[in-house]
Amino acid sequence: MPESTTINIPIEDLVISQQMTLALVGNPNTGKSTVFNRLTGLRQKTANYPGVTVEKRVGKFTLDSLSFDLIDLPGIYSLSPNSADERIAVDVLLGRVVGTPQPDIILAVVDATRLYQGLYLLQQLVELGRPIVVVLTMTDAAINKNIRIDTNALKNELGGIPVSEIVATTGRGMAHLRSIINEVVGEERNTSDTSFWPELRHSAKTLEKKIGNSSLTLTEIERAIIDGDPAAVSKLREALGANADAQIQKHRNTLCGNDPPIAVETRARYNWINKTLPQLETRAFTPIRWATKLVNWLNRPIPATALFFGLMAIIFQAVFAWATPFMDIIDAATSGLGVWIQSTLPSGIVSSFLADGVIAGVGSVIIFLPQILILFLFIIVLEDTGYLARTAFLMDRAMRAVGLSGQSVIPLISGFACAIPGIMATRVIPDRRDRIATIIAAPFMTCSARLPVYALLIAAFIPNSSIGFANLQGLVLFGLYMLGILGGVGTALLLKRSALRGPNPSFILALPEFHLPSLRTVLFKLLDRARIFLRRAGTVIFTVAILIWAMAYFPRSDSIETERLSAQEQASAILADDVLAAEISSINNEAAAAQLAQSWLGRAGQWVEPVFEPLGWDWRVSAAVIAGFPAREVVVAVLGTIYAVGSEANESSLTDRLKSATWPDGQTVFTLPMVLGLLVFYAWCLQCAATLAVIKRETNTWRWPIFAWSYMTAAGYLGALLIFQLGST
Amino acid sequence: MTLADLKRGNRARICGIDAAEQSVQRLMIMGLVEGAELECLGGSLGGDPMEFLLYGSALSLRRSDAQHFRVISTPVAT
Repeated sequence: MPESTTINIPIEDLVISQQMTLALVGNPNTGKSTVFNRLTGLRQKTANYPGVTVEKRVGKFTLDSLSFDLIDLPGIYSLSPNSADERIAVDVLLGRVVGTPQPDIILAVVDATRLYQGLYLLQQLVELGRPIVVVLTMTDAAINKNIRIDTNALKNELGGIPVSEIVATTGRGMAHLRSIINEVVGEERNTSDTSFWPELRHSAKTLEKKIGNSSLTLTEIERAIIDGDPAAVSKLREALGANADAQIQKHRNTLCGNDPPIAVETRARYNWINKTLPQLETRAFTPIRWATKLVNWLNRPIPATALFFGLMAIIFQAVFAWATPFMDIIDAATSGLGVWIQSTLPSGIVSSFLADGVIAGVGSVIIFLPQILILFLFIIVLEDTGYLARTAFLMDRAMRAVGLSGQSVIPLISGFACAIPGIMATRVIPDRRDRIATIIAAPFMTCSARLPVYALLIAAFIPNSSIGFANLQGLVLFGLYMLGILGGVGTALLLKRSALRGPNPSFILALPEFHLPSLRTVLFKLLDRARIFLRRAGTVIFTVAILIWAMAYFPRSDSIETERLSAQEQASAILADDVLAAEISSINNEAAAAQLAQSWLGRAGQWVEPVFEPLGWDWRVSAAVIAGFPAREVVVAVLGTIYAVGSEANESSLTDRLKSATWPDGQTVFTLPMVLGLLVFYAWCLQCAATLAVIKRETNTWRWPIFAWSYMTAAGYLGALLIFQLGST
Repeated sequence: MTLADLKRGNRARICGIDAAEQSVQRLMIMGLVEGAELECLGGSLGGDPMEFLLYGSALSLRRSDAQHFRVISTPVAT
């Protein structure tokens, strides 16, 4: 109470002028994100990397000219956090996160079909004594299961807080929810002193009286007694002096005796739930529908395993087969544009800049947008239907063999889209060692940025023939994915046996019910991915492409140019017609190659060539690989630019140019061992500055990103070296 | 009898918990407390981890954790 009296006075005035902060809180998989999308629409900062993640998401919406910030918090079951992820949610609720104001109104999201579990957190949220609205989701599913919830009874049992029923997927009830939020804003700050475990509240109040006027809330004192919450305990020490720990211990002993405090708390709270639940809901018998029967059957171990591998096969097939028509369209458009520019503009610096730098560079990356979107479509749908959690259940046994749990499976599968959401999804892993092992393994998973590199090289150098039912190109791609999994899992195993040795983690997971994906959510996330990809292509890749073009174009050598002109003159004196045209084209190509070789890029490439020569890479490939370290898909853009600048005839595709690339002695550069080695290098090498930054942020030290980078680069180099040397002998 | 002994389709009520381990305490927060009634939905490959249905929530846990929950079987609802 002392806490609220200080703020009570001018709150009405403040509300008008100030931004209100709302937080969505609830158990995992209750549909929080769908409510979030419904309320904020497109006005949200989805951070950079949505998807499977737990990144802090903030959106805006307005009601009657009032403006709200809405925070979507990670799912929690209680105020006793168990992982980094849950800690964020609890800290925001208690107003402990710098830069995030304590929520003015809590939107407590509860799944109507899982009221039993939801009421536990709801008790603790109500006890916070802050304005709160209960949002009952999945009410349509509840009706289908013959679950009837008496919202009036719920409201009364919780001490009179408003309850709103919605169906987030269709938007039903959203208008009612908005009007309730509006009402709560206008009300006085809720100072209700409801408690569902009065003995604990009594202890907290006894301690509070001794402290006098302090910044501690009753909930914080309670968490100090039950969990020994470090932040709350240190505040208590400040207020009570040296005696604090003894006093906390005394209250803990009175309440819990020798039992673990959490066990005592859960018994007390579920005791209330078991007594109250019969008055809140009725569950009538429902006949099991055939769809449920089918899903239950598919969840059995053997059908589930078959389904898993079947799905993987379909995804690989789709990424190549479905994308081709769209890629052909983009390809035709970009190369057409390039040819048009070169034929309309006078040849020279402007034409080269546009055609070789901008279009050949950025265009060669944009062409992979269809493939990347198809891959994301599958991953988003798998996530949205609740299937990803199923794979965690299925794979737990296998992950235990490498010292991890099924909980590491979701981050690793997300890593197939992009390592960054994968790394952020590790926040649900409670143990720090297991979490770091998973973080280091995640960048090995074949991310969508590797796809362009794989697709380019496979399409150019692996024959499009079949072995039995399988297509050879598809098999090579599948092999590369397996190589990534092998690298990641093997690394996790090594780490768990050495630097991160520790007990085997336990595996506890709430399995979301299978449901059809919401078209709205899927499109939303897919659009977001497209935007991120195009923005990258338009910024990072665009800049690198221009930089590389400039390095490849300058300086121009006058002597090569005079030589070219005189050679052309000599040729025209003795040749004519087609023969002359062919000769001129070959003279031009030679001159362009000579110009490129003495350009800054050429000189730099030749300087590093010795390092990569044992892998069979000439200086062009070496330069492209080095340019790809900030973002791996850049390599395709750089190859596009290098081979465009280094040739005159621009109608041939990048694939053809790679095929005809030769060493100075006339030998082919892209031999099969060299290409396979290059693919292995890309499977293992960590060429992504953004991933390194996220590893640094998530592990809070430079040690792990530096380790990951050196380790993965060495693995990629050695893998490529081995394959090239073995293959060439 | 413990939770780990249940087979697919069995129903049981929790009658005692050895709550010393942290993973067990996490399961208690999720509703696995004395008096809770649940149904075994089966196991993953090799029967571990196991899956249970608890008042509408599907929960998966390992056998090693399930052994800390003593249960008495209850009749299958019709």
